Amino acid sequence: MTSIFDIPTGVLFGQLLLGLINGAFYAMLSLGLALIFGLLNIINFTHGAQYMMGAFVAWLGFNYLGLGYWVSLVTAPVVVALFGMAIERTLLRRLYKLDHLYGMLLTFGLTLIIEGVFRQLYGISGMPYAVPKELAGGWNLGFMYLPIYRGWVVVASMVLCLGTWFVIEKTRLGMYLRAGTENPILVRAFGVDVPRMITLTYGFGVALAAIAGVMAAPVFSVNPMMGSNLIIVVFAVVVIGGMGSILGSIVTGYLLGLVEGLTKVVYPEAASTVVFVAMIVVLLIRPAGLFGKGA
Amino acid sequence: MAETAPVLLDVRDLHAWYGESHVLHGMNFEVRRGEVVTLLGRNGVGKTTTMRSIMGIVEKRRGSIRFAGTETIDRPSDRIARLGIGYCPEERGIFASLDVRENLEMPPVVKPGGLTLDEVFALFPHLKEREHSQGTKLSGGEQQMLAIGRILRTGAELLLLDEPTEGLAPVIVQHIGEIIRRLRDRGFTILLVEQNFHFAAAVADRHYVVEHGRIVDMIPSGEVAGKIDKLKELLGV
Repeated sequence: MTSIFDIPTGVLFGQLLLGLINGAFYAMLSLGLALIFGLLNIINFTHGAQYMMGAFVAWLGFNYLGLGYWVSLVTAPVVVALFGMAIERTLLRRLYKLDHLYGMLLTFGLTLIIEGVFRQLYGISGMPYAVPKELAGGWNLGFMYLPIYRGWVVVASMVLCLGTWFVIEKTRLGMYLRAGTENPILVRAFGVDVPRMITLTYGFGVALAAIAGVMAAPVFSVNPMMGSNLIIVVFAVVVIGGMGSILGSIVTGYLLGLVEGLTKVVYPEAASTVVFVAMIVVLLIRPAGLFGKGA
Repeated sequence: MAETAPVLLDVRDLHAWYGESHVLHGMNFEVRRGEVVTLLGRNGVGKTTTMRSIMGIVEKRRGSIRFAGTETIDRPSDRIARLGIGYCPEERGIFASLDVRENLEMPPVVKPGGLTLDEVFALFPHLKEREHSQGTKLSGGEQQMLAIGRILRTGAELLLLDEPTEGLAPVIVQHIGEIIRRLRDRGFTILLVEQNFHFAAAVADRHYVVEHGRIVDMIPSGEVAGKIDKLKELLGV
């Protein structure tokens, strides 16, 4: 077996792939968080629970309605986004003029409630969700073995993230969104229905989390706490990328996934903390984040 | 001409509050279609608040504001804008995350009949040269032109211009005066907030003098010369 710096290439690329998959989830989740924070001024702590709900809606759909993976990839985000938009309309809307802290407390409380309900109903042991048969199996690439499903997750998340970035940077809707993030009052005074745009943006950010949840279901097991394990790292990603920076959240998501993967090869003991070390270093050197514009 | 044209904007007994502070105490004035009218007054008398109330940005407001016959006092600001009112705020409100062209294209078209982008560029050739610069990288004068230019595309018939000459060099003030005259010729109706009454007298048909949140006098431009001393006293210049 060939090796680089005494590390077998199979192991190296295997860990890099794992890192890239984690990075794909980080990117999808932090992108949604950045979008929501930019326009709503709310740090959406419910994001992890909404990711978990996406996985659960897919699991429930399969077990009770016989809905397959591909159908769930569409229906689960819609269901979870509708739930999210109802929360925005009834609860979050009251907090926009207050300090960030209120939004964070509210969404944190919601997370505890949602996770509690799912734990009560489904326990914490976790349920398996099968890889769709179209994506089962793997390819031997010569230097490593690539499970097709994992390759799909990486590609699909990149398409989703780049598509979102494109819409924000290059379309009229994205222009409203960028302008509304800066000065919602003026954008509204130009005739844009900003409250509706806020609801839809929240819905979209939540839908991204739910899609990530569906994609995660065959990789990790479906369990009520799957979101809270992930979301802490995702918040670190958002801080490193720069709060509210769209491109920053995407790039940083993949980057930190890879850094994690590399650390697993070089010094496995540090793999679960390397993201937080990176966060501390970035906060000390560039408090606004790698892609943030000033503090 | 303008004196017989129908009233486009009719403000009656308008009161407005910022939190607990009562800023407008019953404003009464009207703007006829095709007119250029100014609100003159010192700092803090309520001119900008009047603009923000017409636009629906000041949420706590009472009385009546009718635009083309439609009562707007209970409408949110996006629905007021869609009736055909374009707003150029005092702070200009250029978007930093948009380039010059995007800033111009950002306000949605609310009615047919607005200028095309090319016509806006013809009016402000400087903006064409800087089409792809970040909006906030422009000079103060260019930003002011951008703030005016972007509401000409939307089909708005009434333009609210809040101190478009503030802090600008005399040559740019002159240019903006020229633009306002050309817009008037094109049929735009304009409500202008000004502290510079020499500028106001040169571009407007009539002037309302504002004090303590009320209109205290109305002076047609032809009579400004005769009332210059009284005006100076009222404006504190």
